[in-house]
Amino acid sequence: MDINDLRSLFTVLTFLTFVGIVFWAWSGRRKAAFDEAAMIPFEEDGEESHKSASVATQRR
Amino acid sequence: MEAQSTYNYKVVRQFAIMTVVWGIVGMLVGVVIAAQLIWPNLNFEPWLTYGRLRPLHTNAVIFAFGGSALFASAYYIVQRTCHARLFSDKLAAFTFWGWQLVILAAAITLPLGITTGKEYAELEWPIDILITLVWVAYAVVFFGTILKRKTPHIYVANWFFGAFILAIALLHIVNSAELPVSLWKSYSAYAGVQDAMVEWWYGHNAVGFFLTAGFLGMMYYFVPKQAGRPVYSYRLSVVHFWALIFTYMWAGPHHLEYTALPDWAQSLGMVFSLILLAPSWGGMINGIMTLSGAWGKLRTDPILKFLVTSLSFYGMSTFEGPMMSIKTVNALSHYTEWVIGHVHSGALGWVAMITIGSMYYLIPRLFGRESMYSVKLITVHFWVATIGVVLYIVALWIAGVAEGLMWRASNPDGTLVYSFAEVVKAMYPFYTIRLVGGLMFFGGMLIMAYNTWKTVAGQKPVEALIPAAVHA
Repeated sequence: MDINDLRSLFTVLTFLTFVGIVFWAWSGRRKAAFDEAAMIPFEEDGEESHKSASVATQRR
Repeated sequence: MEAQSTYNYKVVRQFAIMTVVWGIVGMLVGVVIAAQLIWPNLNFEPWLTYGRLRPLHTNAVIFAFGGSALFASAYYIVQRTCHARLFSDKLAAFTFWGWQLVILAAAITLPLGITTGKEYAELEWPIDILITLVWVAYAVVFFGTILKRKTPHIYVANWFFGAFILAIALLHIVNSAELPVSLWKSYSAYAGVQDAMVEWWYGHNAVGFFLTAGFLGMMYYFVPKQAGRPVYSYRLSVVHFWALIFTYMWAGPHHLEYTALPDWAQSLGMVFSLILLAPSWGGMINGIMTLSGAWGKLRTDPILKFLVTSLSFYGMSTFEGPMMSIKTVNALSHYTEWVIGHVHSGALGWVAMITIGSMYYLIPRLFGRESMYSVKLITVHFWVATIGVVLYIVALWIAGVAEGLMWRASNPDGTLVYSFAEVVKAMYPFYTIRLVGGLMFFGGMLIMAYNTWKTVAGQKPVEALIPAAVHA
């Protein structure tokens, strides 16, 4: 096994890692946590003038 | 009231104001060199020639204007999405003054002709060391703030800023490896085609991480905030992030097509550039769709106009880029004005416009105001800037394609149809339109400066409170 096999292996492994990330991101398990994270910019003090965040909680 | 109960807005204010200042300086130099191409008599030897002012322009707009905007927004966003004050006020202040010193050093050394000759990495080794120190401090402040966050999640904008900070550290250190022979002269540690490949690995990732990832961090915060709605798809933003990270590092060789670089490396660069279209457009769609259900706001809100138009230009230039990396297209476009047009559709249309929109959101809030002094002037700025960019890009598209075709045209006996000077002569009308476009964009920045002055003058700087309760 020479260095180029290792390089090919690395490329394949990185690609599989990415595919894994895609499946992880789209798994139903993550939905609640992602919804919560998406609202972080709107958890604020009284400084904000844009208070319309509550209208849009039902998002993918 | 203890110090920890407020956000550090001081350093954000400093960087935000300097964003406007350096934007004006950098774009003024751009206007000057555009004029020099039309009237060569405007070259004043030795300090104010095109060759010395051009790197001053690129450094000023990328690192002074863009850099200040990135520092300001990263510091603002990381605090507000982590519900934590910056990790260290002193280190944050050091990054501000250190970065201004880097800019000042660039403004002095580049006109003096002190340069490494590496594009976008022209600054000589003592300044490189200062950049490294400032950057390490930036990383400590940013990641230190992430570590002390009170929110359970690291908001996606911070992932982009974090990647930008880490990638720029890596790029800067590897590409700046050089052997000093005197205080202001060094030689690259690499030679020949390796040097070229390291340089464009750096150069394209400066585009990918400095001019894209960081500004996407702005996009993922300011677009939802200004639209009043969370990002269209959070899971798409996660995939967008990782796709960019896995892909961008490999696209650099497209700057070296038809050179001494091995052919396989050129093809690799081309293929990865083509792949990049997918994550780029995924991000653009995610940003624009965040407005769905709130499209009406686009009619009345000039800040949203800036943000959404910047995303449109992002989509346009990230389509154009992969197309230009295709070898047969590159054979025509490379070394022509088309490349300059492409760069400015990204730099003015995407980077500058998202920055301007973000600053219009940010500046009043940093000085305890609801909005800018004049919303009408923001609208004026928007239209002046947009028409300016369009003039600029269209002029250089036509110029570039004409230039490429004229260079390659040959007679039946194999000789060239046009001499080089004939092609230069054909460029004049387009250079003039480009200057008009550039002047308009520059004029827009002057409007912004006036509006900013009227917004902040006499205002007390504010320090916003950190929300007390821990959520979730």
